[in-house]
Amino acid sequence: MSLRTPLSRAHGLGSAKEGVSHWWAQRLTSIALAPLVIWFAFSIAMLSNMEYATLLNWIQSPFNTVMLILMTIAGFYHMQLGLQVIVEDYVHSEWLKFSSIMLINFACIVFAVASIVAVLKISI
Amino acid sequence: MSTDNRPLSPHLQVYRLPLTVVLSITHRLTGVFLALGTLMIVWILVAAASGPDAYGFAHGFTASWFGQLLFLSWTYALFFHLCNGIRHLVWDTGHGFELSAIDTSSWLVLIISVLLTALVWIVVLMTKGGV
Repeated sequence: MSLRTPLSRAHGLGSAKEGVSHWWAQRLTSIALAPLVIWFAFSIAMLSNMEYATLLNWIQSPFNTVMLILMTIAGFYHMQLGLQVIVEDYVHSEWLKFSSIMLINFACIVFAVASIVAVLKISI
Repeated sequence: MSTDNRPLSPHLQVYRLPLTVVLSITHRLTGVFLALGTLMIVWILVAAASGPDAYGFAHGFTASWFGQLLFLSWTYALFFHLCNGIRHLVWDTGHGFELSAIDTSSWLVLIISVLLTALVWIVVLMTKGGV
């Protein structure tokens, strides 16, 4: 007779060996992004064609600073999860799959950090 | 063992793709397109943080007709991905799987995403008083 609980014995036995965390994170980030991207679509349409001083002013508004950083975090997280699924679906060579996913992870972190530092450098 | 009567997957060259299938692959394609376009936005932010010269160079591209066209398609991709993403979230709750509902929501996604894109650019052009 085992002393382990039924839940403990079932942990890690799914086909993915890791439960639903990836799927769940994708849903959570999508819900967070829904209001953010509506704001962001208006903003990007404006700031895609802004003069230098106007753009700096716009980023320096505390509301825009906060929204930009939230957007960056949720957006790149969601992007990393989504691109990973695409690679897992279409790339079947094991080493290529591993290195592409690693590259996607690194790239998303690098670009997210670069955006946040840029926004903070302008606004602080 | 006879393999003649096995069901075949759709032969893509002669099979007319249902709207749901087109929307499904478009969701993925817009996702990739959004990821690539995000690099353009990171470029704007990093250039703005680096100074007027770097920003002037980036602005030369983003404000050109080609840059603006990219941003217009980017906002459309964003709204498509948003609307279809909401449809996916509804499906996750177990609702909306009847064929008629799927057909209706497909058309809703297509129409609303175009309307929202038009709304954004009309508002922006009006507040700026022309490009």
